[in-house]
Amino acid sequence: MIWDWEAFFHYIHSPYLLTGAGVSLALSIGAMLIGLVLGGCAAMMRMSEQRWVRLPASGYVWLFRGTPVLVQLIIIYTGLPQLGLQLGVVASALIGLGVNEGAYLAEIIRSGISAVPKGQFEAARAIGMTWPKTMRIVVLPQAMRIIIPPLGNAFNGLMKTSSLASVISMEELLRRTELLVQVQFKVLEIFIVSALYYLFLTTVWGLIQSRLEAYASRSVAPAANVPVPADAT
Amino acid sequence: MPPESSAIVEARGVHKHFGATHVLKGVDLAVSKGEVVVIIGPSGGGKSTFLRTLNFLDRPDSGEIWVNGAAMGAPEAGSGRAKLSDAGLSRQRRQIGMVFQQFNLFSHMTALENVMSGPIHVLKTDKAAALADAKRLLALVGLADKEASYPGQLSGGQQQRVAIARALAMHPSVMLFDEPTSSLDPEMVAEVLQVMLDLSQRGMTMVIVTHEIQFARKAANRILFMENGRIIEEGRPQDLVDSPRNERTKQFLNMVAEGS
Repeated sequence: MIWDWEAFFHYIHSPYLLTGAGVSLALSIGAMLIGLVLGGCAAMMRMSEQRWVRLPASGYVWLFRGTPVLVQLIIIYTGLPQLGLQLGVVASALIGLGVNEGAYLAEIIRSGISAVPKGQFEAARAIGMTWPKTMRIVVLPQAMRIIIPPLGNAFNGLMKTSSLASVISMEELLRRTELLVQVQFKVLEIFIVSALYYLFLTTVWGLIQSRLEAYASRSVAPAANVPVPADAT
Repeated sequence: MPPESSAIVEARGVHKHFGATHVLKGVDLAVSKGEVVVIIGPSGGGKSTFLRTLNFLDRPDSGEIWVNGAAMGAPEAGSGRAKLSDAGLSRQRRQIGMVFQQFNLFSHMTALENVMSGPIHVLKTDKAAALADAKRLLALVGLADKEASYPGQLSGGQQQRVAIARALAMHPSVMLFDEPTSSLDPEMVAEVLQVMLDLSQRGMTMVIVTHEIQFARKAANRILFMENGRIIEEGRPQDLVDSPRNERTKQFLNMVAEGS
């Protein structure tokens, strides 16, 4: 059997796969939001001066970065019911991917905040900003410049990792691809279409990400744009 | 119990340790309204640390700081707390302006936004009033034309003048200067010192840590010589600079004179 262009063009606008891609995107966004909330909290906790505040956050990061997300997903979906905790497919996928992502984002956010010079915290405190205000007005906007590139990469990765949810029968893009292949037998054509959908999602995100990076760096960009005089060398 | 004196800022028996190092060994100081106090002394003698305890950026291990008749960091009566809350301490800090050696302008804000940041976010001043005041202050420090510049586009001297304007925007009752010219190129020192001199002549209460002896002589009402965590000698500028009584003060002033 050789490559079937007709099948390829047929499946590339198959509503069935398109919906699957939409589900993958929604799942990724949902998990990212959960991850951001958890990661943000864990990052703050890990910077606390109190040992008992730092420890649980460190434990969380250690546990979820130290085990495969696929194992975590299976434990949540098929293992927890044994303890009487029955989560649906969508909830399991969202929580599994989100909690795992949070552990990675915690490190990204923490390193971004640690990169903001201490003097910025002190200046904010000296003009009477409370701790939350210091973070919101002064530190986080500056940390964003450092956080956004790895955060964007994390989301790029998450859109692809979301395909693991197929294992717990979440009907996202990969699961639908497999189901389609089982009845249509155009294995290569359908999987290539599926891959192109993932590529489309990550490419669009890449464009959005570079816009975000430019926005977060706006206060440093002008200086870099000063034209160098011709005789400067 | 508040001090009976009319001091704007009063430190009593301030001690501070960093690890095993005893940095401040019982420092007392009372600064009255409109007074300019300059603290000089060798590096590592505790000058900057002492200044930073005045607004509790470094919390004293023991001793008290009184600002406008209220003890810094002391919990509200009946709150049952051991320390003043974060919000309470932040409220106290509003009355104390601080200027840092490294300027510490908020690097993601323009000069104007830096000056407005305190009034807008801390004092909740209405935007139009904060803007007008910020423009006035930038003009006061000679930077009316740099409103839209980011810190990265300004020279060190310009950044420090914006930092002074930012502190003034809170209308503090005292200004603390922590080696404000120490990280500036020599040609920029004068512009910052001039702004500080203007401020002192307008009656601003100031505590200044600096190595600029000639400036101290001109601007100060009182000079303190600090070494090894203690105030060793204090006096009127002419007396202390021209005829120091303490041997260590003499040595230090000679050294500084040779260096310049």
